Amino acid sequence: MSADPTQVLAFETDCHIFDGCGFPAPGLHSFLFEPIVGNADDAVYFNKTMLLALLGSIIIIGFFWAAFRKPKVVPGKLQMVAEAGYDFIRRGVVYETIGKKEGEKYVPLVVSLFFFIWMMNLWSIVPLAQFPVTSIISYPLVLALIVYVLWVSLTFKRHGFVGAFKNFTGYDKSLGAVLPLSMTIELFSNLLVRPFTHAVRLFANMFAGHTLLLLFTIASWYLLNGLGIAYAGVSFIMVIVMTAFELFIQALQAYVFVLLTCSFIQGALAEHH
Amino acid sequence: MSQLLTVAAEEMENPLVPPIPELVIGLIAFVIVFGFLAWKLLPNINKVLEERREAIEGGIEKAEAAQTEAQSVLEQYKAQLAEARHEAARLRQEAQEQGATLIAEMRAEGQRQREEIVAAGHTQIEADRKAASSALRQDVGKLATVLAGKLVGESLEDHARQSRVIDRFLDELEEKAEASR
Repeated sequence: MSADPTQVLAFETDCHIFDGCGFPAPGLHSFLFEPIVGNADDAVYFNKTMLLALLGSIIIIGFFWAAFRKPKVVPGKLQMVAEAGYDFIRRGVVYETIGKKEGEKYVPLVVSLFFFIWMMNLWSIVPLAQFPVTSIISYPLVLALIVYVLWVSLTFKRHGFVGAFKNFTGYDKSLGAVLPLSMTIELFSNLLVRPFTHAVRLFANMFAGHTLLLLFTIASWYLLNGLGIAYAGVSFIMVIVMTAFELFIQALQAYVFVLLTCSFIQGALAEHH
Repeated sequence: MSQLLTVAAEEMENPLVPPIPELVIGLIAFVIVFGFLAWKLLPNINKVLEERREAIEGGIEKAEAAQTEAQSVLEQYKAQLAEARHEAARLRQEAQEQGATLIAEMRAEGQRQREEIVAAGHTQIEADRKAASSALRQDVGKLATVLAGKLVGESLEDHARQSRVIDRFLDELEEKAEASR
């Protein structure tokens, strides 16, 4: 067994049921990686998730570069696929929520967000990588912060200081005596909770998904001994089912993230309600 | 094993506390993607999508233009045909009118000539009658004088008196003739 428990993979342990060793359950340690370069305690280091993040960027750019570098009016197969993806986000998300006129400006951002998040999620089931980058809070957080900065500044730009304050607090005179309370809650909810949930929603989904996949994968290996082999089969089927499910969740979470982004931008641009 | 796990647990931080280096790398990775897409690739595809839309709409517009042109040419032909028909009718009408005028003119001319001829005939007849009448008067005067001279004698030979008497006589005759006519 390796000296560092964070680096122990399921199949690196020769531990099986009935061999007198406990189940090596996945946990928080499954999300920690020894840096490839540098030391975890240093300010600067380079680890697997960073590698996957940068690789993912290159793959996305490579894909769109191949598809859209020299686009043709009569598209080839690759261009057609890329166009379908692009059009889905542009029409199905941006135009639908923000509207065509105001939304056009934000199409590149939203499209980038969607494909970036989807790729980061997809790493979860890519052989050898097998880790969703977005299950490290830093990655969803930085994206949520970009969106946060954008919509807060947009709100100030569109409504001025007082207007923006009303927008954030859901100012509504008809509420009467409850207004101060409602405004406090709204302000808290909009400015503090919203970016947090925006990031955590994505993070937690991928985190949980990866944990589930790990659980069944490790169990399949761990149970592979004696009577346990029958149960290992069941567990392995679950691995396949969960992988298919994750495939769906990965796309869905990327979609939800950009849908919320658009709804925030739309809220910032709209007249305060 | 359990010792190792506790060591690991100590090292494990709250998964909601973001490690800063990952934050930076995440930002860089995203900015790369956004930069490429926003700078070059999406404008590229937008241009092509626009071109495609225009190509489709252009085809429709071309067909519409061709149809409109065909329609206008057809109308032009129809108008020309109607004009030609109208022109022909007008010419026929004109010819008819001209013919009628010509006939009327010729008829008037014939009438005029006939009247002229008739008038000239009348004048001639009148002149002839006058000439004949004066010649006759002289001849009848001479004969009557001769005759009267023979009957009455020499006294009537005086020429002046003679002619005065003859004239008076003839005038009376003429007056009688006029009155009896």
